[in-house]
Amino acid sequence: MIVADKKPIQEIIETIQNHTRILIMGCNECVTVCEAGGKKEVGILASALRMYFLNQNKDVSIDEITLERQCDHEYLEEIRDRVDQYDAIVSLACGVGVQFTAEKYHSIPVYPGVNTCFLGATEERGLWTERCQACGRCILAQTAGICPISRCAKRLLNGPCGGSSGGKCEIDKDIDCGWQLIIDRLKALGRMDAYEKLCPIKDWSTDRAGGPRKVTREDLKQ
Amino acid sequence: MSYPSNIRILRVPCTGKVDILYILHAFEKGADGVYVVGCMEGDCHFTNGNFRARKRVEEAQRILDTIGIGGQRIQMFNLSSAEGPRFAQIAREMTERIRELGPNPIRKHHPRAASFQLCPPKAD
Repeated sequence: MIVADKKPIQEIIETIQNHTRILIMGCNECVTVCEAGGKKEVGILASALRMYFLNQNKDVSIDEITLERQCDHEYLEEIRDRVDQYDAIVSLACGVGVQFTAEKYHSIPVYPGVNTCFLGATEERGLWTERCQACGRCILAQTAGICPISRCAKRLLNGPCGGSSGGKCEIDKDIDCGWQLIIDRLKALGRMDAYEKLCPIKDWSTDRAGGPRKVTREDLKQ
Repeated sequence: MSYPSNIRILRVPCTGKVDILYILHAFEKGADGVYVVGCMEGDCHFTNGNFRARKRVEEAQRILDTIGIGGQRIQMFNLSSAEGPRFAQIAREMTERIRELGPNPIRKHHPRAASFQLCPPKAD
């Protein structure tokens, strides 16, 4: 999932200083799971902001809503009939949701309430780690389910490098060497023959390095 | 044994039931102070409810400090349900602390409770 982290309340206060009718909008998907932008976090932020403005003796109204997602037209349409009541939206969705909301309701400023960090998994409650960099050409079949693009600091396709030491990466002693993990897993699966095959030069055109990307499915278009 | 009458007790089956929103909404509606009283650490009937409550109280303290209400207005205490005198002592201690801090700063501009509306969901 997309892993995000809450923005400091002080930063959000600075962005909404000059607005008086604000909607805090959460998302029921990834940001709920990483406890950064779901219904609970919307409630917490809204309550904190209301108290802040009451304490400043400013008349600011703060409403709350949590949509199922903010990256699909149908869900964003749910606020169509009341968006005029507000002069700003603080979206706690990931960067995708903030932008999609801003595109749809382009006459109202949409501010982010979380920092979108990476694609990752919940190792335990309170700990999320990166697993995927969305390179667009998945090679996990060759690397025993461990991704060298996201877990190797150098994104090597035929690792490890000389900096791999004691199973750790040279950039940080707490970061596992991605290639050590791959080799260990291939050994456990009895597939070291896959390691012997050289991985060819990667086509990076499907990665972000090739520019903003899209996926089209002619079979699905109406 | 007696303790100050300005305290409103809200009973919960375990402090793990105390949502951080209960605390924040209490201050939003004008409470001058809130304290959470849970079982001794290690004695929670539900194992870790009081640990969860402590984390939420600490988060509420940080939020209240950031927005200028003051994190000293919320605190958690741990005691056994058999410790009546300690309960009364905590009540007196919190009351004294809140008296020194003064009323909730929100109330100097808005003497009555604040109110808000949830953005209503679209009727299906």
